[in-house]
Amino acid sequence: MIDRRDFLKGCLACSVTAASISVVGKDAFAAGSFEGYPDAMGVLVDLTRCVGCRSCEAACNNEQKLPDPDLPFDDQSVFKEERRTTDKAYTVVNKYEIADKDTLFRKMQCNHCNEPACLTSCFVNAYTKTKEGAVIYNSKVCVGCRNCMIACPFNIPAYSYSSPTNPLIKKCIFCYDTRLKNGRPPACVEICPQQVMTFGHRSDLLAIGHERIKNDPAKYVNKVYGEKEVGGTSWMYLSSVDFDKVGLDNHMQNEPIISNVKDFLGMVPMVLSIWPALFTGIHLLATKNKGEHGDHDHEEGDQQ
Amino acid sequence: MYAVKRQMVMAAVGAMVMLVSSICFGSGIPDRITINSIQKYYDGVDFNHAAHINNLKDCGLCHHHTTGAQVSDPNCVRCHKNSGAQAVVSCKGCHSSTPFSPEELKRQKDQHPPIYHMDKVGLKGAYHLGCVGCHQKMGAPTGCEDCHKRNDSGNGIFHSGTYAPKTPGKAKSSHH
Repeated sequence: MIDRRDFLKGCLACSVTAASISVVGKDAFAAGSFEGYPDAMGVLVDLTRCVGCRSCEAACNNEQKLPDPDLPFDDQSVFKEERRTTDKAYTVVNKYEIADKDTLFRKMQCNHCNEPACLTSCFVNAYTKTKEGAVIYNSKVCVGCRNCMIACPFNIPAYSYSSPTNPLIKKCIFCYDTRLKNGRPPACVEICPQQVMTFGHRSDLLAIGHERIKNDPAKYVNKVYGEKEVGGTSWMYLSSVDFDKVGLDNHMQNEPIISNVKDFLGMVPMVLSIWPALFTGIHLLATKNKGEHGDHDHEEGDQQ
Repeated sequence: MYAVKRQMVMAAVGAMVMLVSSICFGSGIPDRITINSIQKYYDGVDFNHAAHINNLKDCGLCHHHTTGAQVSDPNCVRCHKNSGAQAVVSCKGCHSSTPFSPEELKRQKDQHPPIYHMDKVGLKGAYHLGCVGCHQKMGAPTGCEDCHKRNDSGNGIFHSGTYAPKTPGKAKSSHH
């Protein structure tokens, strides 16, 4: 007859095997292995070119039929404070004073991640990463839980707090409906006088970005921001100063956000199926001979 | 006698004009150029070509290698050290007004050899990066309306001028 010690050893061996199998299985479908759709489009933003004219904000407002702004788009007073995207402005330009260097401006909008955290966090599946590269959402199924606002590493999704009856998440959709799906660049890219933004296939843009750095290493920081950050983004940046100084987190993880939770969530089915059986077995064995004859000797023997 | 004197004066005036902008008159280079092929939200630019020639002297600063000027960019020198003057020298002759159209993206990708002119800016980018970049260095005007006036549809999209928000300044409180 199998004794309790052997049984416990066996259980341990089984669970180690199960765990290692599940680890191997996970590697095969590891998050981060997805490098984006092959024909996905993107935008390369060269911060050294931006002059802060806010034309992109005006074009976005017009294209997305957003409410009238509170101030005209040629009003430079907005640069006094750092702004973020709102339900009325899917893109905003901020000004960054750099010591000993020129002033830089950076337009912020959704970066359209290859593996979007907003999509991962959405329990009603409102978000979609399209083959063209856009991260779009279906506002009809959005329940307004705002998980995506917490999940987004770039603080992009905004919430229409002002709508009491039907508050929704609002964010840049890469002009998917009106432009991107027909192969046209988004409105902000088209209006930009300085061609700060270069629109093209993401793979080509990466090559262009690295080529610009190679041709003028004194001008650029040696990094294309968004190439690797959180698993890669469709919108990428070139800068003449450290990205931290223009409001982009320079220590962003290279793993997609989903990797932070995938290991844990992958364990849930295993825990739910194996643990009840395991602990029931332990419990049954531990209490098997209780009451029949003195269990104390046995206990003491085990503790040696 | 009087007629001869008048002819001499005219000739002298003519000679002076020739001296002031000899390059321009010499080879059919325009003195003034109206840049309006892509105007949409702003009026066209009345560009004083002659004044820029007189100030800069070096055609290559704007026209790269196309006028036959010596190029200094090592990347350009590889092919255009002695490539001479080209038939097309205008900005819009090379820089596309729709640089991101599917056709243009494909054309750039399919070009042979594929390594040069890959990252060529569009026409609007070429104008602004070239003009504004130089104006910043030279201390010349850099405001949008210093070169071209914004038109009515421009004011519309910028919500400025007659399209300005009715209650300006209200914005401050609505910051979340």
